[in-house]
Amino acid sequence: MLLPLSAAAIMAAVLLWELALPRLRVSLPQLAHELAARRRASRATDRSRGTLASGEHPRFGPQGYDPGRELRAEQRARELLRSCVNEEEWAMYRDLGFLRVWAPSRAVTHTDGAPYAYLLYPHRPIVAYIPQTGALLNEYCVAFPDETRPYGSARLPDADDVLAKWMALTADERRLIADANMHLPGRQVDPQQVREDLARLARWERERLERAAGSVRAA
Amino acid sequence: MRLLRLKPGHGEIVLVEGDMEVPEQERELIEAFRRELDAGMWAAVPTERTDGRREAEMVRSFDDVPRDAERVIFFPRAAGGAGR
Repeated sequence: MLLPLSAAAIMAAVLLWELALPRLRVSLPQLAHELAARRRASRATDRSRGTLASGEHPRFGPQGYDPGRELRAEQRARELLRSCVNEEEWAMYRDLGFLRVWAPSRAVTHTDGAPYAYLLYPHRPIVAYIPQTGALLNEYCVAFPDETRPYGSARLPDADDVLAKWMALTADERRLIADANMHLPGRQVDPQQVREDLARLARWERERLERAAGSVRAA
Repeated sequence: MRLLRLKPGHGEIVLVEGDMEVPEQERELIEAFRRELDAGMWAAVPTERTDGRREAEMVRSFDDVPRDAERVIFFPRAAGGAGR
């Protein structure tokens, strides 16, 4: 009695396995795929929330983002920028966060005022404008990516990015402009923001002149 | 003379420092200079004009570097930025 029942149970199990096998062949890879997709979605959510547990940073990769290191790099970059540009330009960057470069940069003198000028922002396009009217001319989108990515990022510190733009522009304006992607104003830099920056610059220059005049009178 | 390189996450690093009047040190400077250019870097020498205006001069070979230059700064070559 036991033997026929056991044989029947084994036969039933084999039949069920044979019936289930084709479905398992299809559904198991699907299950693995779904699990991988869930893991990816979870990592993307972590990135958007800035809560990567492993120390991974979306821009800096698996080597990690170290705010202290970036801060030290920026301080070093600011000192280098300060040593390369003149006192007024350094003060402009320190106080306003951007540099103005008169153009054409290789002109001998600008007795009637420069025909145009550039605003150099860190990691944003160079903006060309007419100083006399404040009219915006173009945006020149240019980057200096270091593909060796020493700490997982190709991005120079802010002040180094401005220094690279300043060196390239004052040394060989045409070459830099030829390498850049040119766009009409407003493509990446908000024109209203630029106008406000130009107003801040005018105010800043006025105050500097007044301070200089005041110190001369006091002397 | 010092050869400096702008570096992400660090600021500038000193690649090599040497006296142009000492042949062995000059050779080291030349070798480091060529290595950076071969790696695709641009090289610039910050200068000051007689009227006090500061600017930079791009150098494409070591012969272009003024003998009295204090430093040469290497930085990644410009690329058209991404149009977002």
